[in-house]
Amino acid sequence: MNTPNTLPYPQGNAFYSTLRKRYLTATIWQSLFLGSLLIAIIVLMALIYNVIDGAFGYIAYEYKNSPSEFTATAPNELTKEELLVILKDNLSRGAYNKLDEEQTMETRSQSDLLNLFFERLVRLDTKQTWSMTESLSKGAEIQAEVAEKYPDAVLEFRSWLTPQFLTAPMSSRAEFAGVRTAVLGSLWLVGIAIAFALPIGTGAAIYLQEYAPKNWFTSIVQTNINNLAGVPSIVYGMLGLAVFVRVMESFTSGAMFGVTDSNGRTILSAGLTMGILVLPLIIINAQEAIKAVPDSLRQAAFGVGATRWQTIWHHVLPNALPGIMTGSILALSRALGETAPLIVVGASTFISLDPDGPFSKFTALPIQIYQWTTRAQSEFHAIAASAIIVLLILLLTLNATAILLRNRFQRRW
Amino acid sequence: MKEEVIHLKSLEAQSFRHFDLKKKLRISESIIQGLLFFAGILSIFVTIAIVYELGKEAMLFFALPDVTFAKFFGTTKWQPGIGQYGIWALVSATLTTSTIAMLISLPLGLASAIYLSEYASPRLRSILKPILEILAGIPTVVYGYFALLFVTPILKSFLGEDLSVYNMLSAGLVMGIMILPLISSMSEDALSAVPRALREGAYAMGATKLETSLQVVLPAALSGIGAAVIIGISRAVGETMIVAVAAGAGPNFSFNPLEAAETMTGHIARISGGDLSYNSIDYNSLFAIALMLFLVTLVLNLISQWVVNKFREQYE
Repeated sequence: MNTPNTLPYPQGNAFYSTLRKRYLTATIWQSLFLGSLLIAIIVLMALIYNVIDGAFGYIAYEYKNSPSEFTATAPNELTKEELLVILKDNLSRGAYNKLDEEQTMETRSQSDLLNLFFERLVRLDTKQTWSMTESLSKGAEIQAEVAEKYPDAVLEFRSWLTPQFLTAPMSSRAEFAGVRTAVLGSLWLVGIAIAFALPIGTGAAIYLQEYAPKNWFTSIVQTNINNLAGVPSIVYGMLGLAVFVRVMESFTSGAMFGVTDSNGRTILSAGLTMGILVLPLIIINAQEAIKAVPDSLRQAAFGVGATRWQTIWHHVLPNALPGIMTGSILALSRALGETAPLIVVGASTFISLDPDGPFSKFTALPIQIYQWTTRAQSEFHAIAASAIIVLLILLLTLNATAILLRNRFQRRW
Repeated sequence: MKEEVIHLKSLEAQSFRHFDLKKKLRISESIIQGLLFFAGILSIFVTIAIVYELGKEAMLFFALPDVTFAKFFGTTKWQPGIGQYGIWALVSATLTTSTIAMLISLPLGLASAIYLSEYASPRLRSILKPILEILAGIPTVVYGYFALLFVTPILKSFLGEDLSVYNMLSAGLVMGIMILPLISSMSEDALSAVPRALREGAYAMGATKLETSLQVVLPAALSGIGAAVIIGISRAVGETMIVAVAAGAGPNFSFNPLEAAETMTGHIARISGGDLSYNSIDYNSLFAIALMLFLVTLVLNLISQWVVNKFREQYE
C-alpha cells in the first residue's frame, strides 16, 4: 500500500459505512422536509373538514306553540296573504309595527313571512345540535338520547347552508338568520375600497415606474409603500376610526349631503379604510406589471414622437393591464376577508336592513362570522360555519378569476 | 446632453428655423404628471396620518397626570378605567402567542421551502405550491373559528382540565399555520435565487443533496430567510382575529400558554367593538397600544429590508 494514510478521509470499508450513514441522514431529512409540507396540507384539509362538519348535522327542536293553533293548513302551503293575516292577528300591535317599519310587511316575500311565522308565533326552540360526523356515525345514539331527554322534540338532519340562508336577513335566532345583509355590506365595502384604491394605486405605480427620478425622495416613497404593506390591519382600523369616523364625520355620515340619521360609522368610512389598507398592495402589484412591459415598446413610441403620457396610455398601460387587474382582484379578496379594521371602524353586529347607500350602517360577512363564532350556543357555530363556506366560495371565485386572467393574458416578452 | 445642444445649435446655424425643437410646455401632460405625482406621494400622507393621529390620541393618554411611563412599562395590570396602566398584561400574551407561532412556522416553513426549492420536481411543485397559496389566502377570522372549535377541543382531549376554553396555545399554533406560507414562500424565493453553479460545485465535491442544501444553499440564502422570519414575527404581533376569537377576552399577565389572555391586538378589537365614547380614557389608551404596535412592526419591517440589502450575497 503506497497510499499515504495521513489523509483524514475514511478508507475502504470505513468509507462505505460513512457513505451509507450520509445517505441515511439525507433520506431522513428529506422525509422531514416533505413531512412539514404534508403537515400544512393536513391542517388545510382539517380546516375545510371542520367547517363543512359544522355546517350540516342533526338538530333537535321543539315548537313552543303548535302551528295548528294558528292555521288549519300545513304552514308550508300558506299563501302570502294568509300569512299576513295570521301574523297581523297574532302578533302584538307593537311588534307588528316594528317589523313593518323595518320593511313594509306587504313587500316581503312568502318565505320571509313564513320565517316570521315560525320565529315569532310558533317559536321554534332549538334544544341541541350535532356536527355532521356525530350525526353520521352515532345517529342511533342521538335518536335515543333525544327521545329520552326531549320527548316532544323533533329530530332532523339539517343543512344550515340553504338558499334561504343566502337570502334571509339577519335574525337574532340562528335558525332563521341569513347572510343577505352581510353579503351586501361586504360587496358595498369592497366596491368602495376598489373604486378608491385602484385609480390612485395605479396612478402611484405609473408615477414611480415612469416619471419618478431616481433620487432619495423616490426611494423614501418606495420604502414607505413597502412598509405600509406590512402595517397590521388593526392599525388601519384605528386610522379609519380617527380620520374617517371622527374628523371627516360630516362627509362620511352624509351630513354634508343632507343625510341626517347616521353617525360616521358608515359603509363609506369602512370602505375608505379598506381602500387605504389595500392601496400598498395594489401599488406594488401594478409596479410589477408595469416593470414587466419591455423598454423597447416605450422607445418605439418615443421614436415616432409620442409624448410620455401618450406612450403610457396607449402602450404601457394596455400591456400592463392584465397584471394590474390580477393584482386588484387579489387586493379585493384581501379586503373581503379582512375583519379587524371593520370591528374598529364600527361595523354594526346586528342589522336586518339591507344597506341602501354609502351612508348606511353596515355589517359584513367576516363580522358576522366573528360574531357567531364567539357566541356560546352551538347553533350559532353552525351558521358561522355556513357563512365561512359562503365567504370561502366567494374568495375562491375571485382568485380563480385572477388566475384565469393571468393565464389568459400573460405574455412572455 | 451636451451633444444634443451642439447638434441643435448647428441646426440653427443652418437656418432650419421653422423646426422648433425645444421642449414644448404641454399643459395637459403637466396636469397628468401632477396628478400622478400626487397619487404617488399619497402613501406618504397615509404614514403621516397614522403617526399623527395615533400619536395625538396617545399623547392625550400619556398626558394624564395618572399615567406615567414607569407605570406603563413597569406594572403588570391593565385596566385604564380604574387606574391600572401596566401594558405588560397585554404584551405578555402577544409575546407568548407570537413565540408559539414562530416555533411552529419557522421550522415547518423553512423545511417546506427547502423541499419545494431543492427536492420537488416541477410537477410536484405545481401541485404543492397552490395548496400553500390557498392556506395563505384564508381569512384570519376563519382561522379563529378553526382554533376555537377544532384545535382547542383536540388539545383539550390531550391536556384535559389544565387547558382553559380560551387559551394562548391553540391561538398560537393556528397563527403558526397561518404564517407558515409566508415564511415558506419568502424563503423559497431566497433559496431559488442562489445560483446553480454553487450547487453544482458542491455536487462535484461529492456532497449529497442534503449536504448541498443545508451547508451550501441555505447559508447563501440566509439574508432572505432572515428577512422572512422578521416579517413573520411582524405578522404574528399584528395578527388580530385569531387571538380575538381563541386566546381569551381579558388582560392577564401570564406566559403560560394554557391560560387565557388578551393580546394587544385582541384588546383593541374587543374594546373598540363595544360601546366606546370618544375622548374617554379607554379610547385614548387604545391609540397608545396601536401606536406601540405600529412602531414595533415598523421597526421589524425596516430591519427586514435592511437585512436583505445589507447581507445579500451578490453573485454574477
